[in-house]
Order: sequence, then C-alpha cells, then structure tokens
Amino acid sequence: MKKQQQTEALPGTVGEGLKQRGVTRREFLKFCTAMTAMLALPPAMASVMAEAISKARRQSVIWLSFQECTGCTEAITRSHSPTLENLIFDLISLDYHHTLQAASGEAAELARTQAMKDNEGKYLLIVDGSIPMGNPGYSCIAGISNYDMLVETAKGAAAIVAVGTCATYGGIPKADPNPTGAVSVADIIKDKPIINVPGCPPIPVVMTGVLAHFLTFGGLPEMDDLGRPKSFYGDTIHDRCYRRPFYDQGKFAQSFDDEGARQGWCLFKLGCKGPVTYNACATTKWNDGTSFPIQSGHGCIGCSEPNFWDAGPLYQALSMPVSATPSMLAKAAAVGAAAGVAITWHNRSKKAAAKAAHEKVTVQELKREEK
Amino acid sequence: MSHLDLLTFARGSALNWALIVFAAGIVLRLFEILGLGRKADLARPRTDSPGSGWRTIFSRTLPPPGMLKREPVTYFGGYVFHFGLFIAIFFFAPHIEFFRGMTGLHWSSLPSALVDASVVAAIVALGALLAHRLNNKVKRMLSGLGDYIAWTATMLPLLTGYMAYHHLFVEYTLMLTLHLFSVELLLVLLPFTKLFHTFSLFISRWYNGDFFGRKGVAS
Repeated sequence: MKKQQQTEALPGTVGEGLKQRGVTRREFLKFCTAMTAMLALPPAMASVMAEAISKARRQSVIWLSFQECTGCTEAITRSHSPTLENLIFDLISLDYHHTLQAASGEAAELARTQAMKDNEGKYLLIVDGSIPMGNPGYSCIAGISNYDMLVETAKGAAAIVAVGTCATYGGIPKADPNPTGAVSVADIIKDKPIINVPGCPPIPVVMTGVLAHFLTFGGLPEMDDLGRPKSFYGDTIHDRCYRRPFYDQGKFAQSFDDEGARQGWCLFKLGCKGPVTYNACATTKWNDGTSFPIQSGHGCIGCSEPNFWDAGPLYQALSMPVSATPSMLAKAAAVGAAAGVAITWHNRSKKAAAKAAHEKVTVQELKREEK
Repeated sequence: MSHLDLLTFARGSALNWALIVFAAGIVLRLFEILGLGRKADLARPRTDSPGSGWRTIFSRTLPPPGMLKREPVTYFGGYVFHFGLFIAIFFFAPHIEFFRGMTGLHWSSLPSALVDASVVAAIVALGALLAHRLNNKVKRMLSGLGDYIAWTATMLPLLTGYMAYHHLFVEYTLMLTLHLFSVELLLVLLPFTKLFHTFSLFISRWYNGDFFGRKGVAS
C-alpha cells in the first residue's frame, strides 16, 4: 500500500515532474534551446525537444559502476548542482546506482532485476568503469563479476551509455601493464547501440545532452569513429582554447604559473595535449561554466582519448620524443662509427689488393686490335 | 588502434628506430667517405691562398656570372626551397621543443603564420623545381630514380606538416602521425641517398676550394 502511494506521488512524465518542482516553461525552453545549440541541432528543434521531453515517460536508467574511482558520478552529481540539468536527472527513473541508491545488498540487486524486468528492451544502461577480464574476482558487486553483470544487464537495454574513459576505452585500469586485463564496454557488448562519453571525468552537460537527445529522438546522436557524440567531441580543445592565439603568435608559458601563463599564453611547452584531444572542455567548461584545467594553468592531459595514460609523458610537449634520448643517439653513432671503420678497412684492403695485383704492361706487349 | 595510439607509436618506437638508423647512417657514411682518403699531393702549391677552402663554402652558394639569368628556376627555386625548409625545421615552436628534448638546446621561435608562409614558399619552389627537372632535357637525362625518391621524401614532411597545421583532408591526430612518419622516412633515407648532401656539402666544398687553391684557381 505504502509502495503504491509512493508510486502515485512520482511524476508520470518529465513535464509533470518539472511542474511539481516549480520549473517554469520559460526556464525549460531556455534549457532546451541551450541543449539544441550544444548538440548542433537547428534552432527550431528547441521547441520539438521541449515538447518531446515534457511528454516523455520517465526514462528507466540502470547505472553500473565497475573498475572506476567514482569520479564520474561525483562530477555528474555535484558539479552543476543545483541546475535544471540536475532536475532533469532527478526526473529520470534512476532505478539502480549503487553509489547513490539508499538500498544495499540483495535489495539493491532486486531493484536492478526488477527494473530490467519491468522495462525490458526500453531501459537505458549507463556504465562507468572498465571490466576486468583477467580474473572475475578482481571486481565484483554482490558476488557477481563485472563481466556477468554487464552481459546480463545489457541484454534488455535499449541503448548503452559508456561514461568516463574507463568504460569507453579501458582508462587508467587498462594502462600498461594492465594488471586486471581491463577492457571497455564496447569490447564486450557488440549487439547494442553504445555511445561513448569519455573524460576523466566527463563533462556533466554532455551526459544530459545525450539523455535529452535520447528522450527527444528515441535514439543516439551522431557519433565519431570512437563512438563519441560529434556535437561535443567534434573539435580539439586546442582549436577552441582561449590561449590558442598565443600559440599562433609563438608566445608560450615556460613554467607553471609564470608571467606568461598568467597572461594566458599557450601551455604547449608544458605538455598540453589539447591539439590531439577532442572534448568540449574549452567551450562548455566545468562548474557551471566557471573554468577548465587549461584556464586554471594546467595543460590538457588528453583524458578523453583512448590510452591517454600511455601516450607519452604528461609534462613534455607533444612534439618531444616519447622515449628517444641523447645517449641512444650516441650509441647509434658509435655503432655507425664501428661499421664505418669496418667498411673503410674493407675498402682499403680492396684497394691494396688491387694495387698488389697490378701488373705493369710495356708498350711492346700491347697489340693493336685489328678492326 | 586509435589515432592517438598510432601517434604514440610514431613518437615512440618508430621515431627511436628512425633516429638510430639516421645517426648510425650519417656517421657510417662520413667514415666511409673520409676513410677513402686521397693520394698526397706532392706538387708544390701554385699559389699561396690560405682559406680558399673556407671561402669556397660560401662562394659556391652564389651563382657564377651569367648563370642566374640562364637558370633562374634552379637558383631562385633552390634558394626559396632551402630557406623555407630551414625556417620550418628550426623556427617552428613544436620543432624547437623536439630539439630541446633531444639536445637540451632551445631558441626563440617565429610566429606560426610566418613559418606557414615559409612552408608554402618551400612547397611551391619544390614543385617548380620538379617541373623544371621534368621539362629540361639535360636535367631530365641526368635524373635517376634516386632523385625522385629524394624529392618525394623531402616534399612529404612539408605537405603533411602544412595539412596538419591547416586541418586539411584527414583528422588532425592522424595527419600529425603521417607527418611524423614522413619525417621518419626522410631520416632513414637521408644518409643513403643524395639527401646526404646536407652533411657532405660543406666538406666537399671545402675540399674542392682547397684543392683548386693549390692548383692556382683559388676562389
């Protein structure tokens, strides 16, 4: 009886939920307009999105966390709070998230299986964290290995959103020597639409953008070769960076927090990986548009790219060699010198032998060839 | 393999091997050439011309009288190409960082737009030089496969660098990787093709200058 009352108190559609929370239509339209702009949709789609989202049933969402640090959840739940994005988040039916849900143990697992049963083929599965393939015991939830839980839960999902670089590409757990045999969601699940939202952690508004797209169109947005939504991962951080003009002018910070860095000069020489990193940090920014790492004086570490952790030293410029050293060159030169001495010795021996074999010919010995 | 993985390979193992072949190859060739030696010149020098070898290093950079008019494409193309390439290699900020990583030495960079203009000039000049080589009967007859390989190996880093900077045709990370691969190809080929003149040029100019000085035709 009590459960039934609770169910009745919950909003049926997102629109009803927004109304209950006192969100005006103007505020909601403003949100939808911002979302359409971020998703690079035509402006006219804002009203279509508002209509679709407000009428949409609360989307059942199951969130699985595997080998991760909870940074993704921390970022998404805190960084923009409280904003309309968070309200939208509240208004999805987050049926399972073992960090956020009150239930634990068997009750929590029951919530997951119940949501899977009730929303067969319709629920959205969000995954953060990589999956260990080395030994199932490396990471378990309620005695169920990450692999088994992912395969079981993915079966009835409408789509999967891999959140964070661990779930999308293996992330830091996969870093060399990858002791747990970590893999990404897409390495295991091959028969479901998967959208990757990488980042360490990813930008919260990208999450809400993907959700808004899913609620509006019932599908996933256009993606790049790495399965990332193009609207957020279409440009490199370098190309959208406010420090970019200084790169072109040849003005670079030489050390952290030096005068150049404070004046907004480029951080390329300090190891910034912005030129090869696709993400929306430079435009969307963090903490309600306050700042992003480069604005705080630290170069981009390329966290939304696969295997970023093994892509060379974080604090060396992108154009610096990853592992070549002057001593390596010196050794190569020594080998070249040794080979050169050997060749010289061979050439000189040949020359001396030719000289020794040379026979003098007298004029008398020469014969005219008759034509 | 993602584009970043490919770039890491290009910056890592691939670059290491290219540099090893380059360094070993250069030293080997220098030993090979210098080790051949020359017969001692027992004749008394015709004229006393100290420094003739050193002067020739610079004087041969200038065209002999009348040649500029006769071969403008060769001379102007050569100047523009070499000067543009020199600026691109040694005055683009990311390249200076590469040299800093390898040697610890660094110097001021030029604005990207200026380097970009130098690269465009070098590409155009290299294109003109190839066209001239193909259209000039004597040059065409003198050219072998090695010349065209050397031309391609030089053009590729310039082209890929330009395309990477301007985000043309291919995604940036991949184009940057292709740029690195093309540079690595150049490094591997340089000691064993005519591109070795980068190192042998000044030695041979000095030798010729000194030799001719002894014969009485000092520069």
